[in-house]
Amino acid sequence: MNERRTPAVAPAALDDIDRALINALQGDFPLAQRPFADVGARLGLAEEEVLARLQRLLDARVLTRFGPMFQIERIGGAFCLAAMSVPDATFDRVAAQVNDFPEVAHNYRRGHALNMWFVLATERPDGIADCARRIETATGLPVFLFPKEREYFVEMKLEA
Amino acid sequence: MGVATDELERRIIVATQGGLPLVPDPWGAVARDLGVAPEELLARIRSMLDRGVIRRIGAVPNHYAIGYTANGMSVWDVADEAIDAVGEWLGSLAAVTHCYRRPRRLPDWPYNLFAMVHGRSHEAVRAELDDIAARIEARFPGVCRARDVLFSSAILKKTGLRIGAPG
Repeated sequence: MNERRTPAVAPAALDDIDRALINALQGDFPLAQRPFADVGARLGLAEEEVLARLQRLLDARVLTRFGPMFQIERIGGAFCLAAMSVPDATFDRVAAQVNDFPEVAHNYRRGHALNMWFVLATERPDGIADCARRIETATGLPVFLFPKEREYFVEMKLEA
Repeated sequence: MGVATDELERRIIVATQGGLPLVPDPWGAVARDLGVAPEELLARIRSMLDRGVIRRIGAVPNHYAIGYTANGMSVWDVADEAIDAVGEWLGSLAAVTHCYRRPRRLPDWPYNLFAMVHGRSHEAVRAELDDIAARIEARFPGVCRARDVLFSSAILKKTGLRIGAPG
């Protein structure tokens, strides 16, 4: 019932150049004066075409963001996975309430009794518990926190 | 740990957490907004990359849109004394994109090891996980007591980090 919220971009809407660009832009973005020109040179594309395609991929929500990905823990902040068990009848309303919190970085519906899984990001470590309490107050539902105790592996790239 | 947030770094985060400007010289544009020289900005960004404050700079794909329609969060209940060995091994598999140890929430949630597996179909991800479970059992007999997989059916939000910016 919430499939409409998933950007309905079929894989077929991407051409080979889009795929090459997405893959290239998941690597190291140049710290240079004309970084898009540098990326384009590697792919045989003009700077303007790189920028135009990137804008189109963001507008179509094939890409959700383009920029630095921060590990807020390294400067004193915190990320935390959280989950709730939300009744189907109120799912859309609760999703809107949860998503209204700027601390909610992303949120997924998943098939389980715990059916809403989201990530909180805050500037201070104690911000996590505080935000969870405010979400509980707003929604009237308990929030389970799943802080990372150990990171074994993270790969941030997905080949298009 | 415990390092006070540097004011320039905080301003860099607030200025770029929504994304870099799509202009020919995006770093120059950010430097102008922050009122610092481009060389100072780039030196600081390099330092933030070196220290892991920035994990990576680039595109964040919507995994559905690029064909990864099956986004499975596999969860495992692993005996505490074996979890680091199993976690390190699981995280080394090509199919696994993220792998973390997290607390159990008994009695609702017995699982303490989380591993994301992306694939082109639920069947493909389930088959991969069956294979992984068999290999865990062969390598670490008896330590994995239960498992499950939670597929996402909708992205409800995917904006990423947002700190401090008013409005």
